[in-house]
Amino acid sequence: MDMKRDYYEDIQLLDSKVLWFWFLMLVAALATFPFIAPTYYVYMANYMAINVIVTIGLNILVGYTGQISLGHAGFFAIGAYGTVMLMSLLHFPFLLALVAAALIAAFFGFILGLPALRLEGPYLAIATLGFGMAITQVIGRWELFGGRMGVEAPALSFFGIPVMTDLGRYFVTATIAFIMVLGARNLMKTRVGRAFIAIRDSDIAAETMGVNLVYYKTLAFAVSAFYTGIAGGLFAFLLGFISPSTFNFILSIYFLAFVIVGGLGSIFGSVMGGIVMTWLLLELDKIQELPLIGGMLISFSENFMTVAGLPNISSIIFGLIIVLLVIFEPLGLYGFWIRTKIYWKTWPF
Amino acid sequence: MFLQLLLSGIAFGSLYALIALAMVIIYKTSEVPNFGQGEMAMLSTFVAFMLLDTYGHSFFVSFLGALVFAALLGVFLEFVFLRRAKDPNILSLILITLGFEMILYGVASWKWGADQKDLSFPVSDFDLVNIGPAVISYLNLATLLVALVLMVLLFLFFRYTKVGIAMKATQQNPMAARINGIRVNRILSVTWAMSSTIGAMAGMLLAPVATLDPNLMLEPLLKGFASAVLGGMTTLVGAALGGYMLGIIENLFGGYVSLEFKSIVAFGIIVLVLCFRPSGLFAKHYVRKV
Repeated sequence: MDMKRDYYEDIQLLDSKVLWFWFLMLVAALATFPFIAPTYYVYMANYMAINVIVTIGLNILVGYTGQISLGHAGFFAIGAYGTVMLMSLLHFPFLLALVAAALIAAFFGFILGLPALRLEGPYLAIATLGFGMAITQVIGRWELFGGRMGVEAPALSFFGIPVMTDLGRYFVTATIAFIMVLGARNLMKTRVGRAFIAIRDSDIAAETMGVNLVYYKTLAFAVSAFYTGIAGGLFAFLLGFISPSTFNFILSIYFLAFVIVGGLGSIFGSVMGGIVMTWLLLELDKIQELPLIGGMLISFSENFMTVAGLPNISSIIFGLIIVLLVIFEPLGLYGFWIRTKIYWKTWPF
Repeated sequence: MFLQLLLSGIAFGSLYALIALAMVIIYKTSEVPNFGQGEMAMLSTFVAFMLLDTYGHSFFVSFLGALVFAALLGVFLEFVFLRRAKDPNILSLILITLGFEMILYGVASWKWGADQKDLSFPVSDFDLVNIGPAVISYLNLATLLVALVLMVLLFLFFRYTKVGIAMKATQQNPMAARINGIRVNRILSVTWAMSSTIGAMAGMLLAPVATLDPNLMLEPLLKGFASAVLGGMTTLVGAALGGYMLGIIENLFGGYVSLEFKSIVAFGIIVLVLCFRPSGLFAKHYVRKV
């Protein structure tokens, strides 16, 4: 076993040669993937990358700092509309618009963090929920933002290179997602990350140890909102068209579901949660096309339910996954991963 | 004008108050903020619709049937899911109820589709009664009366019946309640049944005003929850008052300032109130001991 001799070795991102090897392999796999996979899967990968960013952002708030938010769709909307508006009205270049919109989202996160200093539990839930609702309502009523009809995303170009296809978007989205994941991992290894965790475990104890609650709680909200804003900006270009009804309350619940399924307080878990749940979300929409189950479901729907309502099965399955995971595996996929790892490490005992 | 707005505000407020009461009853005994409340009510309302429309039962039979269904649904959710959660914290409880919300929403829209149904209600929304210079529809009047009667009944229940007192004991200290011979688990089931029934009543009173589809209770639930938070999640009277206040404020704002931003204002006020009184207007704020 290698021993850590100083603090900087302890907070290194990749602390062994083996990890470096796998890290480079991952980069290579991510870079070659879009050339091998069919277009639909590249689209799916883009969707996954975006959801991974949101999941990590929300996990920083919920899993690491222990605050609840039911209004992250609001930050997502700010990121999406901010990026599109800055680009089409003020003619910002893409990257600048994306970061500026995310900073606006972060500012709103800071604002929302202020009441969170005094609220907890259901009270915080309702405050954040109200925020999320208010954002979409305001956007929907504002003519500048296209009102209820929504707006179209402008043509995307990255450092002067026009990006038109899913393949092109993949390189933008996946690169940004990759950087954001590394950034979050890094953040959690620093003083700031440790402060967040201390607040989660006991805010009073953290305060007596010298953690500035006002600063770090609002910072957690701001960082979380920043991540969500970036994801929102990328999402606008994935869909090519955004309208206020996209960013509803249900979306906020979905984000929370991603975090829970991945595992609270784990970056790796969030990556898994974002990927698995996005896959599930996209596949469940086509559940009636499945070979055996699909036909059964359709005939069941014809006899007892309505066929038009069949896609709502995804809502039922999502709900069941959340409920069962919280009851039986509170650590989510990450907990499952840890247990599998321990099992094989100590095998055959 | 003012009186009219006030009156319809109170009518809407009594619906919010009913939902708030349903949430507070559960929150008081088990500290679960039940986000599934709205969908539970929505599903029960759909059951009433099904009994009435598909099977052609009379209104009172369907109404009672829906209430029984609501009670069973509450017990089912509590017994099958919530009781299995080991050592839950507030976050996981919120998540479980959000899961209920998604499941029930999915079931209702699978069964009945997204198109809007019409729940025929024996009390009309169009016949009006004059109260001074203002008018109120029979339906709103009925809503008001039902809410008032329910509140009085609930008050008497918690004050004078054995089960009601056992519920209060469970809320204050489950362990001590158990030592004193109260079956805490059974009390929790009863709580869920009661709360679900009250929610179903709110749903059925709302359905004729709004349109009956799976989104029926989405906004009313949030408003009801908001009024519970406004009044304080731990007091029944406070939650009911919160509901009336929210209804009145919202309606006055809608009438005098802007109809469009009516629902945002409700949430804005709540955030402001919570900044100054973190446990709601009428609840005692307990400072947590380390």
